[in-house]
Amino acid sequence: MANRILLVEDEANILEAITFILARAGMEVRSHGNGATAVDEIKRYGPDLIVLDVMLPGRSGLDILRDMRSDPSTEALPVVMLTAKGQAKDRETALGLGADAYLTKPFSNSEMLQLLNQILAKRGAKSAVQKGSA
Amino acid sequence: MNRADLPSTTRNAALPSSSALTGSRIRQRRSALGMRQADLAKAVEISPSYLNLIEHGRRRIGGKLLVDIARALSVEPTSLSSGADATVFDALHKAATDLRPNLSAEPELDRIDELSGRFPGWSGVLTLQQKRITALEAMIDSLQDRLANDPVLAEAMHEILSSVAAIRSTADILVREPDLETQWRARFHRNLNEEAERLSLRATQMLSHFEQQGDTNDGASSTAQETVEAMFDAAGHHFAAIEAHGVNAIDAVIARAAGMEDRTARDLARAMLQAYAQDAARLPLAQFRSAAKSAGYNPSQLVHLGQGDVALILRRLATLPPDPDMPELGLAICDASGALMFRKRIAGFSIPRFGAGCPVWPLYTALSRPMMPTDGVLELPNGLAYHAWAVAQPRGSAGFAATPILNATMLLRPLHDAKNVLPQNALPIGSGCHVCPRDACAARRVPSVLA
Repeated sequence: MANRILLVEDEANILEAITFILARAGMEVRSHGNGATAVDEIKRYGPDLIVLDVMLPGRSGLDILRDMRSDPSTEALPVVMLTAKGQAKDRETALGLGADAYLTKPFSNSEMLQLLNQILAKRGAKSAVQKGSA
Repeated sequence: MNRADLPSTTRNAALPSSSALTGSRIRQRRSALGMRQADLAKAVEISPSYLNLIEHGRRRIGGKLLVDIARALSVEPTSLSSGADATVFDALHKAATDLRPNLSAEPELDRIDELSGRFPGWSGVLTLQQKRITALEAMIDSLQDRLANDPVLAEAMHEILSSVAAIRSTADILVREPDLETQWRARFHRNLNEEAERLSLRATQMLSHFEQQGDTNDGASSTAQETVEAMFDAAGHHFAAIEAHGVNAIDAVIARAAGMEDRTARDLARAMLQAYAQDAARLPLAQFRSAAKSAGYNPSQLVHLGQGDVALILRRLATLPPDPDMPELGLAICDASGALMFRKRIAGFSIPRFGAGCPVWPLYTALSRPMMPTDGVLELPNGLAYHAWAVAQPRGSAGFAATPILNATMLLRPLHDAKNVLPQNALPIGSGCHVCPRDACAARRVPSVLA
């Protein structure tokens, strides 16, 4: 079975590009654009990995991450933070809250795919098929 | 004689800053000579602990002791006591120590007095330069701080980087997937085009923001305004707690908002939320929300609810909670000088926080026709169109023979879908002269940087 990825991101064109890349790499992708309801969606979908934007309408990605890490049902889910805020302190905050990795916009597709595959492999999840845009 | 037991008058606990200056100068000079505290104390027959108190400004010093210490340090007594010479000494000492790491030759710290005595003119030049450098460094620090904490800039950078990210990923796909299905290829081309347009718009807005930043030196109050604006933005310009509980909810709203440690920001936030609560009390949400929805969010059809206050209708429309049917609505309020007092930004329409917007905007033209609401379609140079409703009304209640204080309010609604069916009389406008390409505009005040 394919790895299930949830993209929590509100920029439609970034979403479309990432969805395409991950789907081409054999992953099952679902997207969600609202910070306020993201935690519910995470619980409902039960993904193998979450790509989480920091600046979201409704609720910050950092708050969502904080909630996830304090909830037994979501605390172990791998999270890759995705944001335009590339400052060191933002990275430290995200990693301190328990993010598995931090990807800064603009990123390269292959870099993102490689990172996601590494995390999924480390987690012992099904190995993702690497092909397409890598 | 040991002077450890000086008259009590010289052992005043609460000392003026001049004592601290004299003490620190003695310490600097002694250190420059490589002399130990104990050696100097012995030379002038006082205990090292008493000298320590003097050097740290905890004991007054004057008279013979000052003369003795000055002699032991090979300086004039006046260069140790406070005054102009002492200021020069401090400035020269600071200049030398600050630049020390970059100097090829070690500055002669032990000859500062000689320098200032023999070359008072040059010492003055160095002193002035040192002060200027210190002031400029303080200004750079404050500007750096401003750049790091400017919410408008942070948001613009975030949006620009988001567009760049979308463009980079999409372009990468198009290059690396030569056999991409036609449908996907068309979608990605369209996305690229969209992002390129957004990027150019956002870059223009950022340029406009920098232009406006240059127009103001009012650092503290503008930061407070931006903080409060960020609070309104974060809430989507709607405060459910205030709608439900009125002014009683204001403290809680402020307590939850970011950046409210600053008192100016807190006071400004309170004043603006009180105005919000007043509006909510006059036109309760329960009544207005459904009426606005039925009227298609068109202010012209809601005027009767304001009992003569058209600006109230415009403000309430801009603060409605989200609804799938509701269009995006922007708001700007200025006073009679044109200074912006409040704004709710809207995509594509740059409303300058500082300096001037476009003089053709109904926001400003309404000021010449008080109490006469107007509406019309505005067209930006990039083709984006907006429906605008504006009115200028007196603020507060004017007494007899009192000059009314006018505020103008403008509500904006995007007409992006109607791009190709703009009415003939759409008003050509810009975002402000600096960034407007309409060279032939009769209202042009300054040349455009885009020309």
